[in-house]
Amino acid sequence: MRSTDLGFRVGIGVFAAALLLIVVAIGVSLANDSSLSLQRFGLNFWRTSDWNPVAGEFGALPFIWGTLYSSVLALLIATPVALGIAVFISELCPSMLRAPLIFLTELLAAIPSIVYGLWGIFVLVPAVRKFELMIGAAPLGVGMLAGALILAVMVVPFTSAVAREVLKTVPMTQREAAYALGATRFEAIRAAMFYARTGIIGAVMLGFGRALGETMAVTMVIGNNPQVSLSLFAPQYTMAAVLANEFTEAANALYLSALIEIGLVLFIITLAVNVLSRGLIWSMARS
Amino acid sequence: MLAAALLTACGGNTQPVTAGSPGTVAPGQPLQINGAGATFPNPIYSKWFSEYNKLHPDIRINYQSIGSGGGIQQVTNHTVFFGATDGPMNEEQLKAAPGIMHFPTVLGAVVPVYNIPGVTGELKFTGPVLADIYLGKIKKWNDPALAKLNSGVKLPATDITIVHRSDGSGTTYIFVDYLSKVSPQFKSDVGVSTSVKWPAGVGGKGNEGVSGLVTQTPGSIGYVELIYALQNKIPFGSVQNAASEFVKGSTDSVTKAAAGATIPSDFRVSITNATGAGAYPISSFTWILLYQDPMDKASGKAMVDFMHWALTDGQKFAPDLGYAPLPANVVMMEMAALDTLKAS
Repeated sequence: MRSTDLGFRVGIGVFAAALLLIVVAIGVSLANDSSLSLQRFGLNFWRTSDWNPVAGEFGALPFIWGTLYSSVLALLIATPVALGIAVFISELCPSMLRAPLIFLTELLAAIPSIVYGLWGIFVLVPAVRKFELMIGAAPLGVGMLAGALILAVMVVPFTSAVAREVLKTVPMTQREAAYALGATRFEAIRAAMFYARTGIIGAVMLGFGRALGETMAVTMVIGNNPQVSLSLFAPQYTMAAVLANEFTEAANALYLSALIEIGLVLFIITLAVNVLSRGLIWSMARS
Repeated sequence: MLAAALLTACGGNTQPVTAGSPGTVAPGQPLQINGAGATFPNPIYSKWFSEYNKLHPDIRINYQSIGSGGGIQQVTNHTVFFGATDGPMNEEQLKAAPGIMHFPTVLGAVVPVYNIPGVTGELKFTGPVLADIYLGKIKKWNDPALAKLNSGVKLPATDITIVHRSDGSGTTYIFVDYLSKVSPQFKSDVGVSTSVKWPAGVGGKGNEGVSGLVTQTPGSIGYVELIYALQNKIPFGSVQNAASEFVKGSTDSVTKAAAGATIPSDFRVSITNATGAGAYPISSFTWILLYQDPMDKASGKAMVDFMHWALTDGQKFAPDLGYAPLPANVVMMEMAALDTLKAS
């Protein structure tokens, strides 16, 4: 091996190791700074619902619930739409429409989340409130439904962009083979999607990861009431939102430590979701 | 006054070292002083620091409005020279920052805002009624307790939607501090802090979040800073004070609340539910935090000079920005306290 090759190898190796090191360092410093709360509440932090800064009682269950529930709902809404966009652009779209459509979906991804939040407050929330008045629910407007809807809008461009790229990598021969066997257009697209399934799962999980960590827009529309509820109309809370809301004014050591532990929990959940999705993709690729 | 200040500024320019600073600042280089803390007084502090810099080009004060909690932390760790807070530091915090002093700068207030379909008039509230609404005990707008206070107003039988701040905030601190003083149940069930566990309602982020929710949601009640309600022309209700008068929040009625209060020598005092005629009951000081024996004497001297200016000439900027100026007795006490700072 020539010395430049060796240098290159070592160099990029260091960069790769740095990435690993950063992830470990984040985990360690989060655990370190939340040690007060870790010792005080232990596992109860994950399963109790009392969040009371005055009494010094901290339980993260409503925030964990709100984060997972809103993200799953957002995924259920966003995935069909995002995959529809991806399939349309890569399989059916007239070529003159393709570039503008790609540009528009990517534009959605570039909008700052505070702008989504304001749109949420002034457009989405009043619309949800009208719906609530129609069906006789309490006309709050803000709540889980508004939070999930705004997350869905924010997730769509990410999922659809990755899914589109994945569909582009499906060899033409796959589709041609399907047509040769007498498949309809729908069946040919289905075959292409089946071929690209691992990548599409990856695209969906990317959207899920984004939904878990989204902060500002959700904070502005979800209602910020820490409660575990299945109701779509109840105001709820997410982990990222409580961090954004309470971190600046948390002057007491235990309170600050509990908030940092929320960050640690979010970190662990995000990591677990990524590991699970990797595992899923890996096992699908093997079979 | 202005001419005198300008004269001192010019004097300072020609002889920079005689200002008592032992030559830590090179001539021509402005002295940079960093502070951090409460967001609520940020507009007036920004105005003050920029006006003061015009008078004294050799002093530049930088302020980051990161929140009261962050301000207390940073000044405790000496990462900034001064802090600012909307709620006085508690005993535990004081122990961590020995020698820290509180200096009230201006006053603010919190007002109840509401949106009731068909009601245009101004509503009257008492402290206990507000507390019962926020405890979730008064559920409807035509509740007898509210109807009795507002006999001339036809209140509908709609549910009350409670809106509170979701972010930790000095505004919440002042509001719950008042409710805890007038309602024993509120004190035991909720308590006083910048963030509390609300028994009911939805949380909006910031004054704009709360007022946005209130203006959109029929049947809702919320609380915002007086300055925010005034600037955005949001109608708000009057609140009964300790002298049984119904008083609307205004820069005048807030200053009266401070003038009637007994001020301790360390200025750590809550003036909610103040006695005295015309006093608005949900009022509070906001404080700048300085060490009595600062490590950096030059900055200490400059801050003392600045505080002298802010407490006298600076006060005239307050009403235009929606803050209530300090009453004369408080300013006099503060001048004496500033003299105890070991800055020269």
